[in-house]
Amino acid sequence: MSQEISSKGASRRKFLGTSAAAAGLSIAPGVSLVSVAEAKPLDKSISSEQRWGMLIDTNKCAKGCSACVDACNTENGLNTGDEQLSRQGQKAQWIRKVDLRDKLTGHEVSLPLMCQHCENPPCVDVCPTGASFKREDGVVLVDKHICIGCRYCMMACPYKARSFIHEELLNQVEDVPRGKGTVESCTLCVHRIDEDTNEQRDPACADACNTAGHKAMVFGDLKDANSELSKQLKQHSSKAIRADLKLNPGVRYRGI
Amino acid sequence: MKKTNYLEIEGRSNGFLVLLGILGAIVLAGLGAFYFMEHNGHYVTGMDNQIVWGMPHVFAVFLIVAASGALNVASIGTVFGKAIYKPLGRFSTLMAIALLAGGLMVLVLDLGRPDRLVVAMTYYNFKSIFAWNIILYNGFFAVTIVYIWMMMEKKMVRYYRPAGIVAFIWRLILTTGTGSIFGFLVARSAYDAAIMAPMFIIMSFSFGLAIFLLVLMLGYQWTDRPLGDAIVRRLKNLLGVFVAAVMYFVLAYHLTNLYITEHHDVEKFILTGESIHTTLFWVMQILVGGVIPLAIIYSKLGNCRKWLGLATILIILGGLAQMYVIIIGGQAFPLDMFPGMEVVNSSFADGGSYHDYNPSLAETVLGISGIAVAMLIITLGIRVMKFMPESLADEAVDPHAKG
Repeated sequence: MSQEISSKGASRRKFLGTSAAAAGLSIAPGVSLVSVAEAKPLDKSISSEQRWGMLIDTNKCAKGCSACVDACNTENGLNTGDEQLSRQGQKAQWIRKVDLRDKLTGHEVSLPLMCQHCENPPCVDVCPTGASFKREDGVVLVDKHICIGCRYCMMACPYKARSFIHEELLNQVEDVPRGKGTVESCTLCVHRIDEDTNEQRDPACADACNTAGHKAMVFGDLKDANSELSKQLKQHSSKAIRADLKLNPGVRYRGI
Repeated sequence: MKKTNYLEIEGRSNGFLVLLGILGAIVLAGLGAFYFMEHNGHYVTGMDNQIVWGMPHVFAVFLIVAASGALNVASIGTVFGKAIYKPLGRFSTLMAIALLAGGLMVLVLDLGRPDRLVVAMTYYNFKSIFAWNIILYNGFFAVTIVYIWMMMEKKMVRYYRPAGIVAFIWRLILTTGTGSIFGFLVARSAYDAAIMAPMFIIMSFSFGLAIFLLVLMLGYQWTDRPLGDAIVRRLKNLLGVFVAAVMYFVLAYHLTNLYITEHHDVEKFILTGESIHTTLFWVMQILVGGVIPLAIIYSKLGNCRKWLGLATILIILGGLAQMYVIIIGGQAFPLDMFPGMEVVNSSFADGGSYHDYNPSLAETVLGISGIAVAMLIITLGIRVMKFMPESLADEAVDPHAKG
């Protein structure tokens, strides 16, 4: 009797072993069950050897120019005309232009403001489900699949960089899925970063700023000493907005 | 002291049915409001990208805070061994469960994706105080249900005190968690203060006891059960202490901020500004919710049940106003991102004096329906189970009563 049981047990183990091996093969590294069109291949993993960031020179940023905002809206489908029902204060804005005046001296500056892609992002800390997350390469994103729309990240963000989607959205851009009832913000055009090209593609805002001739936004890898971004940051003094919070944002400013 | 007899209410009177009808109608209206908001999206509300938490949060947080406070009456009996409070234990625990359920319903139905509640229960980011609160809220139900079971089951009587101690500690942690939702927000001038957690605890003592005393008096009056002065007087005096303590914490919070130059602007906005928050603070929170109830409680008027009932209602209204000022006022004050600079122009409402918020009917009805849910649970609870002592007359509860 006991022999019979043990023999049955052995064959069950064998079966389980074979199944496990088969399962293991089918999801072996590099063999993906889910593939995303035109995204970075999975064998090129996102790594902490890079940290994407930006330097914004407010001396070059033209007052009244909204090229970066327009480009962001087009790139990410924020201006496809879908947010018709939302009031102005309810419409999503990933990047905005802010004009400032020094209260004492009267000196004026104009600057674009968006998610600062902090090293220690408060939005990620407070998110109950982990939908707010920071990639290895420093890009702070929202996983739209597990965002429950609690909006605690919007309460926590010191830059008010996030928007809540107040209505049903149609006509979305393929690379940038969005959804009613979830929170979103600047992705540093992560779909461009992840593109399988040898050349680094700038986010739409920086691209547009260059095209407009201002060249106020320099995008690049903060960890690459030879990147244009790192060189400029080393050469000139720059500041983080709300540096007192010690969040170490990836976006830095000159001239504020 | 006599042995306490607990008895269900009869629930056959017209008044009972009318009460159920009214509460049911408000709950239905709340569900309708939820459907309207969920179906259309939050654009139909007064909330936007500046005021992201609106009226539903005011009611939800108020109810959640009051829930843990309502449990205090049971805790005083069990944990601190005050015999006179023991007969109230079951009713107090039922009320705590009901208020929490009402608050959580509102909180969940205001989510952008309430259909993803299961995600909130299965994906945890343990650094998030919100995630901790989800565990604390669920745990509160579990702990209080066990507590109530130990109270009602004679065989379990030896576990009654340990269960009560666990529930008491749990409720303190829970309110600490609720207060810390705001206390941990470093970015906003009105929050980012450790005093938020203890202030929420003392607020829970006050709001919870005000609701408890009001419902207790109404419940005993409507069911023609005797409710003696001994117990009412004790609860009244305790309530007075709690109301004064809330005012002390509010004073400490504002004095600290007034001393720190960095916070002068936000204090100016709340205390002397032109927005509704200044009116709500001084008239509703301080005068109506604090000074007047204290005057009633500590004068001869407090011995009259009707005046005492009025005082509890004023404390509840003042509490809601306080929540409004904390939650909406804290968001209405613009983020200070560029010290020393003023915002001349922005397409995303940066700078300025404050953000406007006009709550829609739907979100207000959803908030109010949370109160109705709590009251419905209490009403049905005392109808089907033995939560209410048959008599709370002085001779039944007070060991020193004559006769």
